[in-house]
Amino acid sequence: MKNRARLSLRVPTPPARPGDAPDFSSIKLEAAGEVRRPEIDARAHDVSDLAYALIRVLDDKGRAVGPWNPKLDAETLRRALRAMLLTRAYDDRMYRAQRQGKTSFYMKCTGEEAVAIAASFALERDDMCFPSYRQQGLLIARGYPLLEMMNQVYSNAHDPLKGRQLPIMYSSKAYGFFTISGNLGTQFPQAVGWAMASAYKGDDRIAASWIGDGTTAEGDFHHALNFASVYRAPVILNVVNNQWAISSFAGIAGGNESTFASRGIGYGLPALRVDGNDFLAVYAATAWAAERARSNLGATLIEHYTYRVEGHSTSDDPSRYRPIDEAKLWPLGDPVERLKDHLIALGEWSEDRQQEAHREAVEQVKAANKEAEAIGTLGHGELPSLKTMFEDVFKDMPEHLRRQRQQMGV
Amino acid sequence: MPAMNMIQALNSALDVMLTKDPNVLTFGEDVGYFGGVFRVTDGLQKKHGLTRCFDTPIGEGGIVAAAIGMGAYGLRPVAEIQFADYIYPAYDQIVSEAARLRYRSAGDFTAPIVIRTPYGGGIFGGQTHSQSPEALFTHVAGLKTVIPSTPYDAKGLLIAAIEDDDPVIFLEPKRLYNGPFDGYPDRPVTTWAKLPAGEVPEGYYTVPLGKASVVREGGDVTILAYGTMLHVALASAADSGLDCEVIDLRTLVPLDIETIVNSVKKTGRCVIVHEATHTGGYGAELSALVQENCFHHLEAPVERVTGWDTPYPHAFEWQYFPGPARVIAALKRAMEA
Ligand SMILES: Cc1ncc(C[n+]2csc(CCOP(=O)(O)OP(=O)(O)O)c2C)c(N)n1
Repeated sequence: MKNRARLSLRVPTPPARPGDAPDFSSIKLEAAGEVRRPEIDARAHDVSDLAYALIRVLDDKGRAVGPWNPKLDAETLRRALRAMLLTRAYDDRMYRAQRQGKTSFYMKCTGEEAVAIAASFALERDDMCFPSYRQQGLLIARGYPLLEMMNQVYSNAHDPLKGRQLPIMYSSKAYGFFTISGNLGTQFPQAVGWAMASAYKGDDRIAASWIGDGTTAEGDFHHALNFASVYRAPVILNVVNNQWAISSFAGIAGGNESTFASRGIGYGLPALRVDGNDFLAVYAATAWAAERARSNLGATLIEHYTYRVEGHSTSDDPSRYRPIDEAKLWPLGDPVERLKDHLIALGEWSEDRQQEAHREAVEQVKAANKEAEAIGTLGHGELPSLKTMFEDVFKDMPEHLRRQRQQMGV
Repeated sequence: MPAMNMIQALNSALDVMLTKDPNVLTFGEDVGYFGGVFRVTDGLQKKHGLTRCFDTPIGEGGIVAAAIGMGAYGLRPVAEIQFADYIYPAYDQIVSEAARLRYRSAGDFTAPIVIRTPYGGGIFGGQTHSQSPEALFTHVAGLKTVIPSTPYDAKGLLIAAIEDDDPVIFLEPKRLYNGPFDGYPDRPVTTWAKLPAGEVPEGYYTVPLGKASVVREGGDVTILAYGTMLHVALASAADSGLDCEVIDLRTLVPLDIETIVNSVKKTGRCVIVHEATHTGGYGAELSALVQENCFHHLEAPVERVTGWDTPYPHAFEWQYFPGPARVIAALKRAMEA
């Protein structure tokens, strides 16, 4: 007999499941303005506290406070708010299109609009983004035509990706939007490679990439951090911690043990943790990291603390794994409402103008959708040419593909 | 006997084995509380407990590596990879580690693990939810590769795979989860509920690995198929007006060579159908095998009907998918030669 205690296996569980009361009591929220803002040349080691804090600018009354306040002018803030409204209206319309059988699949970013919109405002137009599937806001904020996005979702004749990609997996080099992969996390180390190339060429453009909290468990996340650190790559590595990875809470990705931002510390990367529902905080953190990257000081890891309000995708029913009212009780509120309140507090906006802007966004989406549907929806109307199925596998079509195309009769 | 669809049959297999053997456990992304995105593990955590059926981080390499470690300890883990398209981060662990553990340690360490994963097209999943990667595994020494095509087989083969002492890649044709699919996208969808192939015993039974099944007997031409394509083959056989013999391979490694050879020697003709891309696909292996063993009995060249050598295109699923029209054309070519 050994007098050693028996081991036991621990499997983490979330604080609340369906039927339980939502429980966010373990979340520690710094007050807006409370977290310090270091100089951009701070060493990772000296700012490790920021990987555990939460940078917030907007307070409960809609005021912007503290050292991270980016002090943006009212016109910029209004443009940002409009971009968020447009993103939300677009999501709502496309979600409905999927429900009506006009496409196979859709994913919303409701509640996370500030993450992508603020980043596109803080980055330069020619910086390269390596997004996941929940940053449609980047394209919308950069003015990519809604019609093109819809054509992609509908896989119709004008789909810029020729009916090849799953809906929402956009791609546009001209808009600095790297082609989306369904394979989680692969874009993260690729963004580092792009940034290394930019540094190698003496370019002044930087890269940014986004993954979800769940995806930090992939090896690619760690490859990205290590390469970014070793080669001091000019890249911003964003983890969007929206609390859920399909049905698995962030604790299953290791988020109970430490913050996702803190992963940067072991790699010697400065890491910021920001209120992802606070447009100004996301903007300020991104601008800080961008300036750092442009000054040849290397990469920054940013964790955006937010909440996935809607289901994971149209294939998901979140009421099966989390309390139905959990989203409503999320303590960081709604990013659109918070930016609106801020503009109103500044005397630069009103509830009426908000209503009006919302209506405009819905109208704009409706008009584009009418045009897109007139071209075609999945399996209806005009399709991309079947011939194109064999193109772009290689630069020049090899003989065996030419033969297969013939065999198919096109 | 209860009628089960393939999801329920797989669930039942896991339930039976979790009940029977405390060394069996199952895990993967969304597998625990939620019961898996395709519901294959539905209710198992509730019934068997948190440490027998649980969620994992999204790290396929980690999932398979952990399974290998558990197997080395003496457990029989069943790991789920959410879609076969996402198995590649685990590929090194599967190919370099699981497949060779027994060989390189001279039998000292083994990996009695099952890696289950839904694969194949027909659900508008686009290029990242539709691939058929079976040939990537059959090419690796030390792995067994299993593909069921009915609920009955799915349950029996999964139990056999769990009891097997070697690593098994268990590919589930997701187009068949709810019912058979004959390859005619416009026809009404059938479910397993009323089909003989949907009858699945509640308790323990096995379908042995390495045994093919002659699903339809005939004298004109042999069709070799597995997974969803078995049903396409059956529909094609019925609609071709020919006397086709249809063989469901059920396991690709080990392969039931005898059943295949006997059939082709009898019919003198062979058409192979699979969803995966053409070049280097498992059909090439089958074709070579038939040529090696049946050369003098062949009346016509072996035909292969497969996916094209392109990634799976979202909008052109039915043009990509090898449907009955293409199979029937191949059958006719085989008969005319
Ligand atoms: C390599 C890989 N494994 C599994 C999946 C299936 N899958 C798609 S999304 C998802 C959850 C991702 O969660 P998270 O990273 O937190 O991002 P979120 O969806 O919450 O934005 C999973 C498991 C995949 N697409 N790729």
